[in-house]
Amino acid sequence: MAGSPRRHRLLTGAALALLLLLLLAAQHWADDYFLRLLNTTAVFITMAVSYNLINGVCGQLHLGPNAFVTLGAYTAALLTLTAAEKQASFLMAPLIWPLREISLPFPAALLAGGGVAALFAYLTGFPVLRVRGDYLAIVTLGFGEVVRVLANNLQGVTNGPMGLKGLAPYTNLWWSWGVAILTVAVVMGLKKSGFGRAMLAIRADETAAKAMGLDPYRYLLLAFLVSAFFLGVAGGLLAHLITTISPTLFTFFLTFNLLIIIVLGGLGSITGTVLATIIITWGNEWLRFVEEPIFLGNLRLPGIPGLRMVIFSLLLLVLIIFYRRGLVGSWEFSWDWLLEKLQRQKRGEAS
Amino acid sequence: MTWMAFWQQLINGISLGSLYALVAIGYTMVYGILRLINFAHGDLLMVAAYGGIFGLSMFSLPWPLAFLAALGITGLIGALLERGAYRPLRRAPRLSLLIAAIGASFLLENVALVLLGGRPLPFPTPEILAGSLQVGGLYIARLSLIIPGITLISLSGLFLLVGRTRTGMAMRALAYDWEATQLLGINVNRIISLTFVLGSVLAGMGGLLWAMKYPQVNPFLGVLPGLKAFIAAVLGGIGNLTGAVVGGLVLGVLEVMVVAWFPAWSGYRDALAFLLLILVLLVRPTGLVGETLMEEKL
Repeated sequence: MAGSPRRHRLLTGAALALLLLLLLAAQHWADDYFLRLLNTTAVFITMAVSYNLINGVCGQLHLGPNAFVTLGAYTAALLTLTAAEKQASFLMAPLIWPLREISLPFPAALLAGGGVAALFAYLTGFPVLRVRGDYLAIVTLGFGEVVRVLANNLQGVTNGPMGLKGLAPYTNLWWSWGVAILTVAVVMGLKKSGFGRAMLAIRADETAAKAMGLDPYRYLLLAFLVSAFFLGVAGGLLAHLITTISPTLFTFFLTFNLLIIIVLGGLGSITGTVLATIIITWGNEWLRFVEEPIFLGNLRLPGIPGLRMVIFSLLLLVLIIFYRRGLVGSWEFSWDWLLEKLQRQKRGEAS
Repeated sequence: MTWMAFWQQLINGISLGSLYALVAIGYTMVYGILRLINFAHGDLLMVAAYGGIFGLSMFSLPWPLAFLAALGITGLIGALLERGAYRPLRRAPRLSLLIAAIGASFLLENVALVLLGGRPLPFPTPEILAGSLQVGGLYIARLSLIIPGITLISLSGLFLLVGRTRTGMAMRALAYDWEATQLLGINVNRIISLTFVLGSVLAGMGGLLWAMKYPQVNPFLGVLPGLKAFIAAVLGGIGNLTGAVVGGLVLGVLEVMVVAWFPAWSGYRDALAFLLLILVLLVRPTGLVGETLMEEKL
């Protein structure tokens, strides 16, 4: 029972309107803690979905998304800070010239963040996409480390280990969820288009795909650029959500978190990634109790700081060993699936 | 830079490089057989370092005994890793194996963080291994002689094992063709476990030496030396024992020399290894010593 494209558009519009209403309600009634959690969820959806474009859809283990997030975060932050604010925070070395004076509105800064990240992806694309498998993993990990080292040492651009403080909290529900929805739409669109099928062919057998006239480098580079752009924008959003950034924020640890999310959701599934992001970000909050003291009557059990990361590492191991499909494997949500399911249920009730 | 300073830095570089080499050998052994980058290999350095601290200060063992115990524990954990995390994934896509290795690495680090805390502990270096000699105008730390010595002994031992024994022959067969080796009635699991134990013990030695060289032990101690040792292995040609040693020495000497020549660049020291790696993969993906084509190995 396949629905028409018109019907799909209507349903998608209705779903978006519903999300909009929910966000409006949250904006009015939710407290700061809950709002922050909602924003974080959206930013992580953006990061995880664009990360999964490389790892799941293209099937290449990329270990350097933190590099693009760092670039986006620093670019956007440096552009929204006013000249006076910049002068006040760069104590060790003055900020280099053009950046010293430029100050842009938030949307332009976000775009610039994405642009710089994409540019970096373009420049590093040649060495990275020349290799495959373990080597690609280790080279991307290397670029992640190089960017972190640069952020730590280029005093005149990044303010070194002190980082940037006092960013305006521009990131709100509209920006974070707007970008998240856009990312999902673009990555879904790519996956369903000819690009997605080409990627599938390259993933299944690169030599055969080449023989059919597909150029893996071109397709991978496109995926790499799109992914980097959205990771960069997400970095800008993250910077203006937590309002303080420093190189310690963007270590391999961030990559590890994204990796858990996409493995939990199912490598290659955008639907799974979105679900897993919600589960992991909210689970992370819920699990806070293990690190805080617990009182059982008069008995005080001390909390164990760091236990959450042990739980998450174990989760990744258990998933990859026993449940490699993740939550949904490579399945994607579609209106057809939902409509068919509802119809079957109705028929079931009738008989 | 005077000649004196040059020799001094060269000694420091060789000492650091031999340490990378010792750890790189373990990487290369495991990669040669399983085609797996054992991300948790670096964390075994940390395990051994903590093992040493506990043996020396908590149980006040004499140092040879404490170090042996630490190496034993490291070997055991290496074997457990293989048994628990990697063996179930033998038939799985290689990507899954790599993800499992990353998970194992984070698990070791965070379990150490929970059990032992994040505050760095000082490493009580036994007096006989500390101190330095003065030769001419050069100061040579005893460790700077011990580290290359241990690397040399371990490498010779491994060459004997791999080249001259039946077990070594089985290892080589396994690296060459998995299925055929099994068909010949060789116990593949035993050989793989042995490889992991050997590699882990080497990492453990590296960890103890590292902790004596830089006596601040924390749960993330192994991350950077681990990554650099892996880069050293790729630099030399992964899967190749001599290559691991050559790569380690090149990386160690280069790192020390760059910092000595351009002190202003010392902050970028950790990026140097990665830039070198990227360069090698671009120009000569088989490494300095390796001869097998990468495509064949993938």
